[in-house]
Amino acid sequence: MVDGGRPLHVLDQILEQYKVVQHGVSMYFGSADPLDREHLKKLKRLVKRTKTPWLSDHLCWGSVDGSFTHDLLPMPYTHAVAKHTAQKIKQASDFLEVPICVENVSSYAEFHASEMTEWEFLSEVAEKADCGILLDVNNIYVSSQNHSFNPYDYLNGVPHDRVGQIHIAGHSKFKKYILDTHDHPVLDPVWKMYDHAIRRCGHTATLLEWDDRIPSFGEVHHEALKANAFLDQIDSKIAA
Amino acid sequence: MKTSFQPDQIRSKKDLKELQRLMARTVMSPLTSTDRMRPKTSDGKSNTKSVNTFIKPNDRLTAFERLEIYNRQYWFRLQECFYDDFPGLRSVLGETRFRRISKAYLENTPSRSFTLRNLGQRLPAWLKKHPTFLGPNPRLALDMVALEWAHIEAFDLEAKKPFPLQQLEGKSPERIYLRLQPYLQLLELEYPVDNRLLLAKSGAAGEKVASNAINEPKKSRTKLKSNIETRPERVYLAVHRLDNTVFYKRLGREAFQFLVSLQQGKNLVQATLAAFRGSRCPIEDRPALIQKCVAHAATMTWFCEK
Repeated sequence: MVDGGRPLHVLDQILEQYKVVQHGVSMYFGSADPLDREHLKKLKRLVKRTKTPWLSDHLCWGSVDGSFTHDLLPMPYTHAVAKHTAQKIKQASDFLEVPICVENVSSYAEFHASEMTEWEFLSEVAEKADCGILLDVNNIYVSSQNHSFNPYDYLNGVPHDRVGQIHIAGHSKFKKYILDTHDHPVLDPVWKMYDHAIRRCGHTATLLEWDDRIPSFGEVHHEALKANAFLDQIDSKIAA
Repeated sequence: MKTSFQPDQIRSKKDLKELQRLMARTVMSPLTSTDRMRPKTSDGKSNTKSVNTFIKPNDRLTAFERLEIYNRQYWFRLQECFYDDFPGLRSVLGETRFRRISKAYLENTPSRSFTLRNLGQRLPAWLKKHPTFLGPNPRLALDMVALEWAHIEAFDLEAKKPFPLQQLEGKSPERIYLRLQPYLQLLELEYPVDNRLLLAKSGAAGEKVASNAINEPKKSRTKLKSNIETRPERVYLAVHRLDNTVFYKRLGREAFQFLVSLQQGKNLVQATLAAFRGSRCPIEDRPALIQKCVAHAATMTWFCEK
């Protein structure tokens, strides 16, 4: 999203060797404010540069009246909010001319105003916007512990045919809550949920997020490759 | 019929906007001196009462404590970013004064950009308006912050196609307008902060925050070299980029004034006149000096197409 220099140079080098799928943190589909056209124009230039087959961003809000919190804030799960959010996703997808996947965020607070569960909200938004879902299994686990729900209800409750990608990551446990820190290996309960998720969704592109206290490339790569063992099981079942 | 906003009932976009305003005010409000959420709002009302209207408690945390997680994350994230972006200012002012500035600046000028890259965009202007934050040597601090923001701009602003000077052959100088690269930043400084920043950075191991979630302020911060004496010295500086690396290039006064005039959209004749305003350079040496300056700028690819 910058206009030059080393970031674009490095991106171009990556694009020479790899297919890139864009993932963002600043669309804020859940903000009451309308989409920022200047931001969308910049994003479209990047979409054209990367030739991303689709684009993902979070089901959250983070700015109001032009002020930015730079956080992925949770939303009240109401039908009116789902409708508004779905409209913004559709508008963005139309403008950018690429399909969009929305990612569930981890959260630490819930609203009195919510009329449904998070997975019902995610499903309603995805159906209304006719968009994909980026299912972050670690985020589901973190939120399930913070809000005391069964994470498998979440995994079972989303439209599996819409899941275009899965995220896994590590988190940090505190006395009274769990924080989504992306600074650890993936924990066992999350691997178990991942196993369950791909049994439901089928073989799905998976990304390990590790973006703080990053160890050696070898260690991160080894952790990412663990996902293959689960995916191979799914593939061999299908083959059989 | 006009209905008043009830934070526990979000049935329209208007309701959502009001809820988000309420929540953003709380999340972005400053922390206490012990890094906790403030018990009172800025207008003296109970924050607990306010938060209880829209956030649910759970069996382990009150509504206040749940929102406090976001409030703390907001400040830790932004201050960490600010801390990384301005090591030179930290070195000039010391940690305590710098922390005071970062809190006051972020409180008074919340981010208006989708990217944290622009967090310090308004800092140079804000500090000029609030010199009391700057300690015993405000000019040194202002020069440093100008340089650090110029560095951020030079790092990733657009590089346009270089302009081939051959195209100027036969053109009258009054009709020649040379455009400078958007990334090129020109600074007139009263202190040699370029050297000081390089020294300060040599003591810092760039620690970047990438994760979305931050629970504590970073403790293992590298100490900057702060006891560096910096005496006043007029410096004309070009902050530029070559092979994707930012460089500081000191210029002569005339070359600097020449380039600033070009940047302001003056033609070659006007820029040349501006270059020698107040200059002691002998008249016979002036054409060679301008030629040298133009040749150097061309080598650096500072001239660009429209």
